[in-house]
Amino acid sequence: MTRLLVGPFNRVEGDLEVTLDIDDGRVTSARVNAPMYRGFEQILQGKNPHDALVYVPRICGICSVSQSVACARALASLGGIQPPPNGQHVTNVMLATENLADHLTHFYLFFMPDFTRPVYARQPWHAEALRRFAPQTGEQTRSAIAARQRWFTLLGTLAGKWPHTQSIEAGGSTRPVEAAERIRLLAKVREFRSFLERELFAAPLELITGLDSEQALWDWHAQDPWRGDFRLFLSMVQSAGLASLGPGPGRYLSYGAYPQPGGGFEFGSGVWLASTGSLMPLDVSGIREDATHAWLSDVAGPRHPVEGITLPDIDKPDAYTWNKAPRLAGQVIETGAIARQLAAAHPLELDAVRRHGGTVYTRVLARVLELARVVPMMENWLRQLQPNAPYCVPSPAFTEGVGVGLSEAARGSLGHWVVASRGRIANYQIVAPTTWNFSPRDKAGTPGALEQALEGALVQPGEATPVSVQHIVRSFDPCMVCTVH
Amino acid sequence: MTNPAFNVLWLQSGGCGGCSMSLLCADTTDFHGHLRDAGIHLLWHPSLSLESGHELIGLLEQIVSGQVRLDALCIEGSLLRGPHGSGRFHVLAGTGIPMIHWVRQLAAQARHVVAVGSCAAWGGVTAGGSNPTDACGLQYEDDRPGGLLGSEFRSASGLPVINIAGCPTHPGWVIDSLMALASETLGDADLDTLGRPRFYADQLVHHGCTRNEYYEYKASAEKPSDLGCMMEHRGCKGTQVHADCNTRLWNGEGSCTRGGYACIACTEPGFQEPGHPFHETPKFAGIPIGLPTDMPKAWFVALASLSKSATPRRVKLNAVADHLVVAPLARKTRLK
Ligand code: SF4
Ligand code: SF4
Repeated sequence: MTRLLVGPFNRVEGDLEVTLDIDDGRVTSARVNAPMYRGFEQILQGKNPHDALVYVPRICGICSVSQSVACARALASLGGIQPPPNGQHVTNVMLATENLADHLTHFYLFFMPDFTRPVYARQPWHAEALRRFAPQTGEQTRSAIAARQRWFTLLGTLAGKWPHTQSIEAGGSTRPVEAAERIRLLAKVREFRSFLERELFAAPLELITGLDSEQALWDWHAQDPWRGDFRLFLSMVQSAGLASLGPGPGRYLSYGAYPQPGGGFEFGSGVWLASTGSLMPLDVSGIREDATHAWLSDVAGPRHPVEGITLPDIDKPDAYTWNKAPRLAGQVIETGAIARQLAAAHPLELDAVRRHGGTVYTRVLARVLELARVVPMMENWLRQLQPNAPYCVPSPAFTEGVGVGLSEAARGSLGHWVVASRGRIANYQIVAPTTWNFSPRDKAGTPGALEQALEGALVQPGEATPVSVQHIVRSFDPCMVCTVH
Repeated sequence: MTNPAFNVLWLQSGGCGGCSMSLLCADTTDFHGHLRDAGIHLLWHPSLSLESGHELIGLLEQIVSGQVRLDALCIEGSLLRGPHGSGRFHVLAGTGIPMIHWVRQLAAQARHVVAVGSCAAWGGVTAGGSNPTDACGLQYEDDRPGGLLGSEFRSASGLPVINIAGCPTHPGWVIDSLMALASETLGDADLDTLGRPRFYADQLVHHGCTRNEYYEYKASAEKPSDLGCMMEHRGCKGTQVHADCNTRLWNGEGSCTRGGYACIACTEPGFQEPGHPFHETPKFAGIPIGLPTDMPKAWFVALASLSKSATPRRVKLNAVADHLVVAPLARKTRLK
């Protein structure tokens, strides 16, 4: 057996280190380390609860709106208020803008560049991959950055700035939208739609969302296998074996995405189980964070976030990361676009996961599918804004009680739990998507989702940073700064 | 012969990555072309480079040993000195070495050292609360000179650390600073007393704020989403804060005040602990404590009461509404 220390992984937010045990060219065991701690949960202690809306977006500059939304929901639940319909729609538009930008950035900047590596020099698509996705020079990489920049002008209008807006309030949004502005915003969404339809899909979004099985997907792919960046990716899936690479734990969590004024979500909530192929109802009271293998205090064992403790304990034996190990009903969970699309029962994603499980291929597929599915929803929410109706209700003084804020960031389920006492934050705990996916072992020694997914990965002779490991790690689209908040 | 490229290395430590994400929103149709045309070469950037793992570590070693020239070391995120000065709160992955040691060694080789964002400049939000990680900036700890590199530090160019403060920092501030450095047009006199580039720090957020008419009449917003000036009740510090946010807009057309919330002074040292709730204005005897930078208090009080008595009805009513309830009058006669 040999041991390989791999890191830093870049193109993710913050850094990450993985220790691999390798036998016979395969990973036999992996330990995932998030090697940084900042201490937001400590920083928030004793603050005025409303001030959390200033601090929490700074947990993460890549999904800052997601953090704001989870916080605003936690405060709304603490204060017993409900944003008006305009506030809900506009918050959904802001969150969707960020989530889709993350999917786009992930695909073009974080994930695809690995296919330009010399290990793939013999592949028929390698020259094309270089032309499209080489960092800094790739044509598609560059036009994706430009499309992203234009896309974020939506948040210039709606959020004042991105990242780290303060327009998201417990009671809605501080930025009312006038009728003429709504037209301009719709035009910007259309501009992004046309980028996707021209470059990523080379097809109308509705054609993509209408693909209802793997058969339909691959038939469409076969028509012109390199046309559009998504179909080129599908060609790589076939030759790089991505459909069986990096299997997840088979349990997928979604808190539900984009709540609607009448109740319910655009993408429903639940836990999808591969073993039965069905969706179970969500019960967040079953969440426990286990800090056995984290450099964090684990007095009194695994805890629900309402009673959670986040305190450094740097010399703890057997600890190897700053990340805790969240478990739902004691079990390892994967979260992300894949979980959302399973919970939302998209037929293509269901079919693909039933055949291949959660793998590099089905994770990326779900994200790409969301790009196609969410843009039309955004057009719809914008159309529903009522120019003269309120966007925000004032917040009460948040003095006593417990609040829970659940949301879906691009990378998956994000939860904030706040406890207020005498007008101050007595406890604030954050469980981010990457906390779930990049979890270390728990007390029973059970590895986290990525740790399991890395087992069995191929290590080719001489590889110091195995390319299969790169694909698997990036397929989860980690956000380490969220993890280590 | 063309000049050799201006080599930039960008590393992240105790921050959120938001300054990098903001950078990618720079106002250009071709981000990489824009940098390349300015002679800027990214040796490595966390979000934009292919190299990872051993490839990056090899590059860092070559810079430390002087084999690769480093023109600008850009650090994003605060420097985590804890626990007990060990730096173990951030160990650079794959190396076993705390980030603060890497930064000290790389800074010693760099022609310029650039703090990207308020974390790297002053410590920022990471240094908030009890500052559990003993976070600081490269050359400041809040407004106290020192930080990781010490108040005496000068990079090879002779300049102190250049503090492109902001949380996040504006992409235009970063790109303009790097372009000025690459063309050797940024000197001591172009930095303010806190090491911030004066091209943006000589402005106030208040300049160009769309709420200035409300400000003049002290017609004030009372709740979030109201249109009035946010200085009197909602914590806006725009009249005191150094940045051009309302003239060089964010993401095409935004700014904090245009987004309907207060400027919280994110370019200023110590902004993370204002000593009052962010969205409430601290007052003494009903008068805001933080008055415009260059205005004597008595004048402010006198002017405010005078202007309040003269507030047009339109301004008074719109200030406390979330959309225009009274439009400016359309007169039939020609304007004079
Ligand atoms: S809202 Fe702030 S920046 Fe705008 S006018 Fe009022 S004080 Fe000035
Ligand atoms: S308006 Fe103030 S808080 Fe907002 S970005 Fe500018 S300096 Fe920072």
